[in-house]
Amino acid sequence: MGSRASSLLREEDIEEIKKETGFSHSQITRLYSRFHSLDKGENGALSREDFQRIPELAINPLGDRIINAFFPEGEDQVNFRGFMRTLAHFRPVEDNEKNKDPNSGEPLNSRNNKLLFAFRLYDLDRDDKISRDELLQVLRMMVGVNISDEQLGSIADRTIQEADTNGDMSISFSEFIKVLEKVDVEQKMSIRFLH
Amino acid sequence: MWISVVLALTVLPAMFGLSLGFTDLYIKVLVKTLEWAALRIQRAQKVPAVPCHLPNGIIQKGDSSMEEEIVELRRMHPHPLTGGNFTLCDTFYFCKKGIESIVEDQVTQRFTSEELASWNLLTRTNNNFHYISMRVTIIWGLGVFIRYCILLPLRIILAATGLSWLVIGTTLVGILPNSNVKDRISDLLHITCYRICARGLSAKIHYHNKENHPKKGGICVANHTSPIDIVILANDGCYAMVGQVHGGLMGLIQRSMVRSCPHVWFERSEMKDRHAVAKRLRDHVADKTKQPILIFPEGTCINNTSVMMFKKGSFEIGKTIHPVAIKYDPQFGDAFWNSAKYSMVAYLLRMMTSWAIVCNVWYLPPMSQQDGEDAVNFANRVKSAIAHQGGLVDLSWDGGLKRGKVKESYKEAQQKMYSSMISGINLNGSWEVTVD
Repeated sequence: MGSRASSLLREEDIEEIKKETGFSHSQITRLYSRFHSLDKGENGALSREDFQRIPELAINPLGDRIINAFFPEGEDQVNFRGFMRTLAHFRPVEDNEKNKDPNSGEPLNSRNNKLLFAFRLYDLDRDDKISRDELLQVLRMMVGVNISDEQLGSIADRTIQEADTNGDMSISFSEFIKVLEKVDVEQKMSIRFLH
Repeated sequence: MWISVVLALTVLPAMFGLSLGFTDLYIKVLVKTLEWAALRIQRAQKVPAVPCHLPNGIIQKGDSSMEEEIVELRRMHPHPLTGGNFTLCDTFYFCKKGIESIVEDQVTQRFTSEELASWNLLTRTNNNFHYISMRVTIIWGLGVFIRYCILLPLRIILAATGLSWLVIGTTLVGILPNSNVKDRISDLLHITCYRICARGLSAKIHYHNKENHPKKGGICVANHTSPIDIVILANDGCYAMVGQVHGGLMGLIQRSMVRSCPHVWFERSEMKDRHAVAKRLRDHVADKTKQPILIFPEGTCINNTSVMMFKKGSFEIGKTIHPVAIKYDPQFGDAFWNSAKYSMVAYLLRMMTSWAIVCNVWYLPPMSQQDGEDAVNFANRVKSAIAHQGGLVDLSWDGGLKRGKVKESYKEAQQKMYSSMISGINLNGSWEVTVD
């Protein structure tokens, strides 16, 4: 009877996700509905193709990198828990006031974790460093064919020069944080729900 | 005997366009029942259920441009930007846009049925079935019985009658020599059969602004939700249909229809040749004695919450366009045909086991291509007018995205826009000073 999306999500699951991500009950059920509508194969998990079917994401120059952020190393499927865990990075920081739990550790949507999400977008091989080559590749994704290799190269060099403090010609996470310390990360990397 | 009484009660009024008032009464009772059910459900629910597709979306989306957003991001950057503007935080813009589209996008939601604000006592629209109260369950059960055991057989008989009369009647009329009398009989026959079919769906249609009804020699365009759109429009006038030749039952209906009055049916191979298509349409429209042609420029069924890109073909013919907006009320039955999920037969069965089909049809004032306006802009202008009248979202996205991939050129446009921010050169030629 009415075997629809929300009935497959149990109350215990919702509570666990609430604790882990900080989303509210109604936000979780709504996102589950969204997850279910993207899951064309109806197997409880999303593949990369499922994401690419969203036209607005397919035309995003960094679409592939964003999709990649949902999939753990070496995996091709992401389940609802993983989906929520990644989306949790984009919860507004103000919302945390409601669910203050001293034992929960650093919330997924802390400033640090938001910056980590952005850092990982650049760090293609996941070695915790942004090399010149990786920076070039991401730049190339963003500009397409419109900028020459030379100009892109000099942009990459300058960027690393400005950020690199320990001289290893690559940007570590702490150097990344330092460069962006004045940027309003909380505002720019957050999604506000209307309810 | 019982059946012939029923048929007499439906066919005769259909011929004269009268209503016996059964449907009106039925709808009134239905509305009261659904309101009562909604109240009870609301009272019983501890966690208020909010519908998934709210008119303003579920997340807050800004409407500032890429340039505005990235400039604002860079304002906080400590280092001065010289000779090639790029900062590590530029990616934030694309991240946020990407995640926003994952949570909610404007396109994919148009290819599935609209979510309802409150349950309308049909199992198929039931999202969270909780047992609410004995009374609601009884009403629901009664509804199932009425819909499947009483209304469904009645509706099937009506639809079968309407369609068979259409086939037989048009074939007979086709024997007559071409004359005014033949045309009038053909029109009456078509309208009567479509009205019978409409009763076969318990359709209640409100026509607005009838003075703008499409005239002969014109082109009627409308937003597309389902094949039933044709029945809805043909209940109030005669149109020349345009479409691909089918086999089987549909093909039979097509062949007989064209015997009594001209329609435009294309072979599959002909459809590929845009010029041939345009020529045939132009020839038909040039003949002022022929009925206006009916075209659905979206090219596919959309779920009636929005109007998607109009293909420019019909707008290049150069004649007056008569736009029509069709909006179904989803409370009584979901008219959208999700062809990926349901075959035509399954879809029709769902239609016939819904409560009713209630819709509004607005005839808009005729529009013509203006001097210097190209077909694409003209198409968009008509699309906006229809969307505005029907209370639908006006989208530029192609309905073909239901099945196909989005064109690379859109991503390339984004890349170009971003590149002009990095290099400080407006890639359309002129030099531009970027803001620091």
